[in-house]
Amino acid sequence: MKNKIILSVLVLFFTFCFIVLYKGLNNSNIYVPETKIEKTLIKFNSTDFYSGNKISSDQIFVGSEYYVLNIWASWCVPCRQEHPKLIKLSKNKSIKLIGLNYRDNPKNAKKFLNEFGDPYFMIIKDSKGMISVDLAAIGVPETFIINKDKKIIKRFLGSLNEKSLNEINLITK
Amino acid sequence: MKLSAFLLIILIIFNFTNLNSEENNDKIKNKISKNIRCLICQGQSVYDSESDFAVSIKLIIDKKLNEGLNENEIYDFLKKQYGEWITYDPEFNKKTFILWILPILLFFIGGAIILRKFIVQKL
Repeated sequence: MKNKIILSVLVLFFTFCFIVLYKGLNNSNIYVPETKIEKTLIKFNSTDFYSGNKISSDQIFVGSEYYVLNIWASWCVPCRQEHPKLIKLSKNKSIKLIGLNYRDNPKNAKKFLNEFGDPYFMIIKDSKGMISVDLAAIGVPETFIINKDKKIIKRFLGSLNEKSLNEINLITK
Repeated sequence: MKLSAFLLIILIIFNFTNLNSEENNDKIKNKISKNIRCLICQGQSVYDSESDFAVSIKLIIDKKLNEGLNENEIYDFLKKQYGEWITYDPEFNKKTFILWILPILLFFIGGAIILRKFIVQKL
């Protein structure tokens, strides 16, 4: 009798372990950070892409209800696919579209903008990629919606598509 | 002559302490970057990876060390930014308790079985 109880407890225990581990096998092992966030933007300093003048985040995020911060680079292939969507987004008058040029060669970046157009209200440089870490970004392209209280309210990992454009337009309406 | 020898000794000592602190910083920097997961090439540590993300994280670790932050404060900063998943050392919480408890449970259950068999055999 006692042996039977021990055996059933053991069977139950190993079945439980098997189910937990088997369920884990089906989960994706690629980590994706949360996209719905309510985080206050960390203050940072950067340089203006065209003039090379130093500029602080307080000077950048001023005078608009919403800001869309897009991290891009000329060497990033998905950024090329995303660019027409940004051109479309630049027509939205309720936002300021800010470009963060990530670890890029300025010459190549300018060539990229000449070729595909410049949708940005302002471009700032992140030559070492440290501002992106302050923003908790993991790569390029990545886009953040920031409200007037300098809170990040939504982030889009990877290139923007029609669905994300609609979402941005809906949020910033 | 004595003065110049004295100055030379001071200079050498000063240089060595500088070198030591730099070496220490490098050691801590390497230790931290080995414990941080690269979010681009997942499965590799920031130390092993040469992705842009990993390079930026290494620069941030360097900057934070120069600002006077210690190892734990840097882990906390990165966890705050990217979530707990970024470190290779999971905390004990409701999501990870099985991970921590299971080996101990298995150890005790296994131990109990072996002990029981041993006692039964002796009897």
